[in-house]
Amino acid sequence: MIIDVPELSLVALVGISGSGKSTFARKHWKPTQVLSSDFFRGLVADDENDQSASGDAFEVLHYVAGKRLAAGRLTVVDATNLQSHARAGLVKVAREHDVLPVAIVLDVPESLAWERTQDREDRTFGRQVLTRMHRDLRRSLGQLAKEGFRKIHVLRGVDEIAAAEIRYEKLFNDLKTEHGPFDIIGDVHGCRAELESLLTKLEWELIRDEHGRPVDAVHSEEGRKAVFVGDLVDRGPDSPGVLRLVMGMVAAGHAICVPGNHEQKLARKLNGRNVQLTHGLPETLEQLDAEDPSFVAEVRTFIDGLVSHYVLDDGKLVVAHAGLKEAYHGRASGRVRSFALYGETTGETDEYGLPVRYPWAREYRGSAAVVYGHVPTPVPEWINNTICLDTGCVFGGALTALRWPSRELVAVPAAKEYYAPVRPLIPVSTRPDQGLDIADVTGRKHIDYGYGRTTVPAENAAAALEVMGRFAVDPESLVWLPPTMAPCTSSAVDGYLEHPSSAFADLRTAGVDRVVCEEKHMGSRAVVRVSASGSGDAIWTRTGRPFFGPELDEPLLARVRAAVTPLFAELETGWLLIDAELLPWSAKAGSLIRDHFAVVGAAGRAALPAALSVLEKAAERGLDVGALRDRLDLRATEIDAYSAAYRAYVKPTDGLTGVTLAPFAFLAGAGVSYAKKNHDWHLALADRLVAADPELFTPTRRMIVDLADPAAEAAATEWWLTMTAAGGEGMVVKPWAGLAATDVKGRLVQPGVKCRGREYLRIIYGPEYTRPEQLDRLRQRNLGRKRSLALREHGLGLAALDRLAENAPAWRVHELVFAILAAESEPVDPRL
Amino acid sequence: MLLTLTTTHRPATDLGYLLVKHPGKVHSFDVPTGTAYVLYPEAEEDRCTAALLLDVDPQRLRAQKDAFELSQYVNDRPYAASSLLSSALAKVFRSALRGASKDRPELAEVALPLEVRVPVLRGTVDLVTRLFAPLGWAVTATPIMFEPEIGGDSRYVDLLLTGELRVADALNHLYVLLPVLDDGKHYWVAPDEIEKLLRSGEGWLAGHPEKVLIARRYLAHRRALATTALELLESDQPVTEEEAELPVARRAPLAEQRRDAVLAALAEVRASRVLDLGCGGGALLAALLKNRDFTEIVGADVATRTLEQAARRLRLDRLPERQKDRVRLIQTALTYRDDRLRGFDAAVLMEVIEHVDLPRLPALETAVFGHAKPGAVIVTTPNVEYNVHYEGLTGMRHSDHRFEWTRAEFAAWADRVAAEYGYTVTIRGVGESHPETGAPTQLALFTIKTEVTA
Repeated sequence: MIIDVPELSLVALVGISGSGKSTFARKHWKPTQVLSSDFFRGLVADDENDQSASGDAFEVLHYVAGKRLAAGRLTVVDATNLQSHARAGLVKVAREHDVLPVAIVLDVPESLAWERTQDREDRTFGRQVLTRMHRDLRRSLGQLAKEGFRKIHVLRGVDEIAAAEIRYEKLFNDLKTEHGPFDIIGDVHGCRAELESLLTKLEWELIRDEHGRPVDAVHSEEGRKAVFVGDLVDRGPDSPGVLRLVMGMVAAGHAICVPGNHEQKLARKLNGRNVQLTHGLPETLEQLDAEDPSFVAEVRTFIDGLVSHYVLDDGKLVVAHAGLKEAYHGRASGRVRSFALYGETTGETDEYGLPVRYPWAREYRGSAAVVYGHVPTPVPEWINNTICLDTGCVFGGALTALRWPSRELVAVPAAKEYYAPVRPLIPVSTRPDQGLDIADVTGRKHIDYGYGRTTVPAENAAAALEVMGRFAVDPESLVWLPPTMAPCTSSAVDGYLEHPSSAFADLRTAGVDRVVCEEKHMGSRAVVRVSASGSGDAIWTRTGRPFFGPELDEPLLARVRAAVTPLFAELETGWLLIDAELLPWSAKAGSLIRDHFAVVGAAGRAALPAALSVLEKAAERGLDVGALRDRLDLRATEIDAYSAAYRAYVKPTDGLTGVTLAPFAFLAGAGVSYAKKNHDWHLALADRLVAADPELFTPTRRMIVDLADPAAEAAATEWWLTMTAAGGEGMVVKPWAGLAATDVKGRLVQPGVKCRGREYLRIIYGPEYTRPEQLDRLRQRNLGRKRSLALREHGLGLAALDRLAENAPAWRVHELVFAILAAESEPVDPRL
Repeated sequence: MLLTLTTTHRPATDLGYLLVKHPGKVHSFDVPTGTAYVLYPEAEEDRCTAALLLDVDPQRLRAQKDAFELSQYVNDRPYAASSLLSSALAKVFRSALRGASKDRPELAEVALPLEVRVPVLRGTVDLVTRLFAPLGWAVTATPIMFEPEIGGDSRYVDLLLTGELRVADALNHLYVLLPVLDDGKHYWVAPDEIEKLLRSGEGWLAGHPEKVLIARRYLAHRRALATTALELLESDQPVTEEEAELPVARRAPLAEQRRDAVLAALAEVRASRVLDLGCGGGALLAALLKNRDFTEIVGADVATRTLEQAARRLRLDRLPERQKDRVRLIQTALTYRDDRLRGFDAAVLMEVIEHVDLPRLPALETAVFGHAKPGAVIVTTPNVEYNVHYEGLTGMRHSDHRFEWTRAEFAAWADRVAAEYGYTVTIRGVGESHPETGAPTQLALFTIKTEVTA
């Protein structure tokens, strides 16, 4: 005997003690799929037969069943399930997770069950208990369907039980094996002419009957199917014509169709139910009156056979008329159907008396794209991986199709307004930050970002939230943050802590053969987003803060925009994301320099001469202070060198006068991440900006070095020595191949290592760090943590650019950017 | 770092006896942060100078983990006078500090013509004068300038004190006031510091006009310690707290009036489930908790440290269970939407909006009025017009304020938000109103328009 069980269901075994439920369960399912009441009694009370523990045991069993069903796992409950209250608990769990409850009844003669019971030492109840159970079973058989079990299988006798075979059936909504490609078409509402034009534009060939009416359409591309999101009928001029075409396509296997609320209502009317004749239904009925009654009957059958939503393309695509929240994908229940047809409303009504819809799309966090219609919107817009294709054709808008998987939108305008809308069409999102929910970022988070996996500890997230909440620019514009960068391995070269030779060695070890050495500008890191339209433009710091405030940021952005403008057309993008350094350091960090660096210089330059003069006089008196004087003399030299080091980065600025930007990477544009472009490409674009506005942009000096060529290395070292001797911060050595450079195994390598100048490092490690004993100690610095942090932040940043290019929902980009900020709260030596 | 002590008493070289350090030698002492030297750059009959020079070893300084913020690897400690110098002074001039002298007991008892120079000391000319002048010193303080590229005064002065004082008094003044001016201690300040302060301050601290500031700073701003110390000074003057930002007389009452105005508004809308958004240290929460009409109180803030402060203030861990069940603290940022904030009778934004960048304010509006959508919203913010009444106030009332609005600006904002999100709004002033500028604080009470649902 074959027992059909839906792939995802809650199976209740029903049978008296000794009927062989556990043996049956063991035979057909994995131990983890079976939840046995005996086991749970044991779990809570150390005794599988302690009936007084049943209440607690079932509570835990239902909880575990709920977790399994929520995760989409078939669950079998091995308990007697002879009483309706026990079964009601299971039906409730199944309904809560929108899966079908199934009952399998094992009906064996009481005498056999008694025999088996007597063989078990742990069963101590008497025959009368078994008799009562058997009576309950008889009574139960008639009640199962009423109680909500959607499939009931009764196996009578030992032989039937032994011969039973379980066969899994797919749910009607499971079309995961359909891979398309698809042309998903929005609400047609009887606009047959527009549907014909749209199909033609999508390169479908219409097939017409002898009256010239389209009855099917075929596409030259193998396997391409049309998918209708419902609301084929009502309001428009030719609902029967639309139905004829769509029904023909569905029958021929050229289309898939989900019902809309208008089909639902039409079917109810055709089935003789009493419905209000509103919202364009009278027009449809009138049009159908002119049709052959057999056609009307076909329409009724067609609509009755429609499945409320489909899961397509390996679960990557879900189509439902009014959309569908993630918990309902691939589920079957009354409320799933109702959501798919009507959506969810808040219970409120708007100023036009129409129900206010619950913004499920705003909260959607699923990985499947949900394509739907139902609510007319002027422009189809992706929100959190969902899109509404109803562009109000019948209201004079357009009929829109989404091509899958290319996600290309194709539309034809309506010939005219066929029906006046009750309220004007409103765009889906009109408010800032709509997509970002605090739950997306708070608490401990595990993130798989494609280049790796990371865990954001809750306390780091809390620290990042404070920065993000109090200081950052709009998180929706904040699409990327610069990763931290590790310095090169400590150098053994006499007098140096960092030296080009170790930077080159680091990259060679990482498997890089060609590098670009870029002059490291000492200023403030700046990420700039500029667009042709100017909307959404921003400039932010390495922690996501606005730079100087709107009064300076705006004119700065305007000047950047002017210089960048020719690139928009050339790169075929409406906007660009640029990584740069803003100079001089003092422009943004004036108070930092003053309060942290210059004070030390000022104190040292006043204190040391005063002390030396005291020692001078003491020496004149014949006191032996020589060694002390030498030490303080050295200190005086060191404090002067230290002061000169920070002073090199202080330049007068007045407003934007004197402020320049040194761009060095072009991260992304519309629909593209430039992470794979080599640094020649990036720097050539940077040079173009310098040429366009030499006052605003500072060039980045660079040198390309083939790591197999010692002469090239020597030249670059010489270049670095000259540059740093003149007060330069140093250089960054990057894999020439670009930001996304990988090693031979395909793993990301550090996007660059910094090699800072000997004098610059005085600011970081103190005036006296160049003394041999100090250098020796500093060379022991541990870079492991910093490197791993740098690589993780780099990967998160690249992933953010990828998601941006894919047009991913804002929260998917934001979670990565937030993780970068959170990573910055990790305790790492700030001098690295 | 360095200080010198000079006398012109004859014979000036007696200074060596008082300090118990022979002028003919270089004395060195090992101290926890380096080496201290005492030596005499001059030792004549008419003028003798002892120099205390502390050669700070940055390595040893860094090894003292508690001493400074971990991130500050480069600092002024080797150069500026501070508690390091003060500790060294206590160690090398121990008996002189006590006023004891074996060889010149009578000289230790009398005031001598003295000069003290501290070439690098943190502080302003004004503060240095306020601290030393009342003790009988003639004060010459010269600000130390930054290099011209940076421009302006650094935070240090070159200090020269002259006066007729006992050597012990001079040393005690320096012992206490150097760390006070530096405003930092290189070691953990424990209660025994009170004793050190009182011992060194004997005879001069109780009558010092800046004793509150001295006690607070000397005791590393630990309020409880400072209060104890001041009480122990047995002064008949009451202890007043030092106020950092606004004149003392105005500040505390305004905060109270604001709280009362908010409580009154909450009573007006009969709220029992209340959100305090941007609850800070929990001042309003404490008031809400006292009133049993408020059955559910949620304090929300973006800063976890602030929330910890609020939890301490409310003694959350010690509240009886029934009380504790009424209050919850959560971290949130009002620029995100947060489901936990939905369904309340009222939300309070007391002195919060002015801490949000103006371009980000619409996000807060959406989160509060659009998403959390409480029955009422109470917003208070400064009235910038009133600022003219704060003497010496330049700029805004708080360094983190991103804007301060006039009454017209606030009203325009409130009207727009009310219209956009379906609320009605009334605005009132809080605090003593002035005919021209209005009240110092402005309060808007938004109440939701009740919707008839079909």
